[in-house]
Amino acid sequence: MAAVLSVVGLYIGFFVAPTDATQGEAYRIIYVHVPAAWMSMLLYLVMAFWAAIGWAFNARLAFMVARALAPTGAAFTFLALWTGAFWGKPTWGTWWVWDARLTSELILLFLYLGYMALLESIDDTRRADQAGALLAIVGAVNVPIIYFSVRWWNTLHQGATISMTAAPKMADTMLTSLLFMTFAFWAYAFAVVFKRTCALILEREHDTDWVRALKGKS
Amino acid sequence: MNWNSPSEFFAMGGYGLYVWGSYAMVAVCMLIEPWLAARRHRRALQESAEQHAEDLV
Repeated sequence: MAAVLSVVGLYIGFFVAPTDATQGEAYRIIYVHVPAAWMSMLLYLVMAFWAAIGWAFNARLAFMVARALAPTGAAFTFLALWTGAFWGKPTWGTWWVWDARLTSELILLFLYLGYMALLESIDDTRRADQAGALLAIVGAVNVPIIYFSVRWWNTLHQGATISMTAAPKMADTMLTSLLFMTFAFWAYAFAVVFKRTCALILEREHDTDWVRALKGKS
Repeated sequence: MNWNSPSEFFAMGGYGLYVWGSYAMVAVCMLIEPWLAARRHRRALQESAEQHAEDLV
């Protein structure tokens, strides 16, 4: 499903949507940059949510989902930064600036990596889950900072092109393509996280009866 | 239609390096990550199978 949506999204993005008046063809990076950036923030919130559920109800599955989300979130954060750099170079003349938006997104990457490192460094699974959850929940403060950074500070990064409250400041075909790509990335994230959650469950619960029953059948 | 020839498409109005550099990294990550996740899943299945085989002995 992610693949189908990507193909449609990219087709519209490359063949239907017009060239940007000021940025030329370089703007076409938007179709991966913006969905990746959105997913990086969304997945972090979802991760913090499951970590909080796990903490509140001592639910092992919630902790496992949070664990499974981290690498995918980190990958999207990295991609947002990477594509941002490849966009910044031709349009701003630099790969990187210590701008509020860029810096807070970099902090998000370190939060993901820190979360994963923390989980790996504690041998006791239960304690690792709880320590990781604390980090994930506290780190969630960073997400609104990223989102509103372009409004709160004077940044080189442009303001939001699309918001819930105003009409988008872009051509319809560009928006359509962008939405397709966003759903494609979302479907991709769901699939990969689901697969990883299954792997985690098998790793942890291998000596339970139901895994044995599953084995008996296959 | 924006492009008159394939070479024009790949050139991206002079921004080819940046546009394709971005897309290439996205493609690489989106191929490697599912592969890693699938491999981990496969190994987890295998390991639990081996463990169960040991239990039976």
